[in-house]
Amino acid sequence: MTTPILEIRELCVSYGKVEALHHINLKVSAGQIVTVIGPNGAGKTTMLSAIMGLLPSKGEIEFQGEVQRNIEVEHLVAMGMTLVPEKRELFGEMSVEDNLLLGAFQRYRHGDRDEGKTMDQVFGTFPRLKERRMQLAGTLSGGERQMLAVGRALMAKPKLLMLDEPSLGLAPLIVREIFHIIADLKKTGVAILLVEQNARAALQIADYGYVLETGSVALEGDSRQLADDPRVVETYLGLGGSGAIKKE
Amino acid sequence: MDLQIALLLGQDGIVNGAIYALLALALVLVFAVTRVIFIPQGEFVAYGALTLAAFQAGKTPGTLWLLLGAGALVALIDTVIAVRAGALGRLKRIALWDLVLPAVVAGLVLWLEPGDLPLVAQVALSLAIVVPLGPMVYRLAYQPLAEASVLVLLIVSVAVHLALVGLGLLFFGAEGSRTTPFSEAQFNLGTLTVNGQTLWVLGASAVLIVALYQFFGRTLYGKALRATAINRVGARLMGISTTMAGKLSFTLAAGIGALSGILIAPITTVYYDTGFLVGLKGFVAAIIAGLVSYPLAAAGAILVGLLESFSSFWASAFKEVIVFTLIIPVLVWRSLTSHHVEEEE
Ligand SMILES: Nc1ncnc2c1ncn2[C@@H]1O[C@H](COP(=O)(O)OP(=O)(O)OP(=O)(O)O)[C@@H](O)[C@H]1O
Ligand SMILES: [Mg+2]
Repeated sequence: MTTPILEIRELCVSYGKVEALHHINLKVSAGQIVTVIGPNGAGKTTMLSAIMGLLPSKGEIEFQGEVQRNIEVEHLVAMGMTLVPEKRELFGEMSVEDNLLLGAFQRYRHGDRDEGKTMDQVFGTFPRLKERRMQLAGTLSGGERQMLAVGRALMAKPKLLMLDEPSLGLAPLIVREIFHIIADLKKTGVAILLVEQNARAALQIADYGYVLETGSVALEGDSRQLADDPRVVETYLGLGGSGAIKKE
Repeated sequence: MDLQIALLLGQDGIVNGAIYALLALALVLVFAVTRVIFIPQGEFVAYGALTLAAFQAGKTPGTLWLLLGAGALVALIDTVIAVRAGALGRLKRIALWDLVLPAVVAGLVLWLEPGDLPLVAQVALSLAIVVPLGPMVYRLAYQPLAEASVLVLLIVSVAVHLALVGLGLLFFGAEGSRTTPFSEAQFNLGTLTVNGQTLWVLGASAVLIVALYQFFGRTLYGKALRATAINRVGARLMGISTTMAGKLSFTLAAGIGALSGILIAPITTVYYDTGFLVGLKGFVAAIIAGLVSYPLAAAGAILVGLLESFSSFWASAFKEVIVFTLIIPVLVWRSLTSHHVEEEE
């Protein structure tokens, strides 16, 4: 495999005195989709926030071959890391178009002036956003908001795109659409770190997967292998699992 | 009261109201972006007016030394931080904005003898001294506390206000100053006489308000400031740093404040502590708007201006009292009518 674009080593995150993530090791290579699945409260969102520099953490985060110290969100965004957060964090009182434009802010600041072209590409991916370009983001439907959040992230032309539960609260048909789009994005060369509850769909499009449970990596492996692993099948793919993988 | 007096008072009220409107807009902007209640706004009014007055009196304004000192302090702190973080790339920017720029301004002031320059050049130099103080004040007083509560930030604002008023007394003394009007022209509209400075104030305020509107509606940096005000986390994820947004909004507020001071300096005598009362009236207008709505803030400001000028005619001893008690019915009305909008998730 190619060199990793993101590699985290021994990542620990605490909320106050409570440690929520324990010594996580994870790797994403260029052009790969890596998925992280796990039950509610496992620490998936916490992990993404820490990688993005929104939360203080211990351990090492290497992005594009550089160990990131004193990580600042703005700096990581400028380097090509983008997060679609679980809460989406859209600018509700601004139009769809303005939300997208702001996605290109960091590039604009560094002299890139092709945000119009990028926006056309995003509209190509999400035609529905184009129809609603003047609508206020706060008035979009759930699925449209999801699309806007992903589209806004793409405006930054990321090298690593991190998605926190892009299928959250969506109807099955739209979930399929979103996953199709994610699989297509991979073809454009962007590396994707995908956090999902919907393990089946995630493992289908991913190259590699991690199972996160109570703050630790319980299992990892090729996504095919994971999808066939009886423990994953029972807990995440089958019906009525126990809710956690029993460690051997 | 006859019609003539009413027209005169109305004119007075609208002129003052225009200034309060500008200040109210700046207050709303600063609060929305940084959650700072910017009490020192008034000091920028006084600094702008008195810096210009010092030029016209042939003196070197003390604010110039403040600019050099604050710039050096900011440069020192940021250099230490940059070196510790190993981010030496930042040093060039720090040197440029905090050392070179103030030095160039100082060089110009000391070399040009601004007293003999045309008014436009004097105004430009005054702005060049006072406006950079805005982001410097943000850097020194507020940036380290960017995540603090509104109350803590308010306490910091009181402290900054007191410090700046004290420095104002030191720089300009206790005497007030007036500057030469922008224009001596007078116009007669029927029975009403309008003088040139009035038109300057109204015209400049209108231009500034339109310019701000364009800035927020059209430019990406303006939209970035709005985005920060709407959703700070979202903005950071777009690479819009809270610090950048804070400095930019303080720069705008300082510019608006200084320009307001320069506009009123030919009409009223400005003292080192005049800014506070002027700023406070802008604040009343901003409160009327609940610190969020720009058009409401502007409307409130005109209301404050009119109320002030008419009450100075009927009960001049109580004019400030009347203006400030306006806050009470407004707050009552707001608390009765506002349905609390839930924070958007
Ligand atoms: N700000 C916080 N303060 C204290 N504890 C927190 C905070 N945020 C999250 N936690 C706790 O950390 C743990 C991990 O939370 P996290 O949001 O990362 O889970 P998750 O895997 O994303 O879950 P979900 O699938 O439900 O989104 C949970 O036990 C949660 O209660
Ligand atoms: Mg989560």
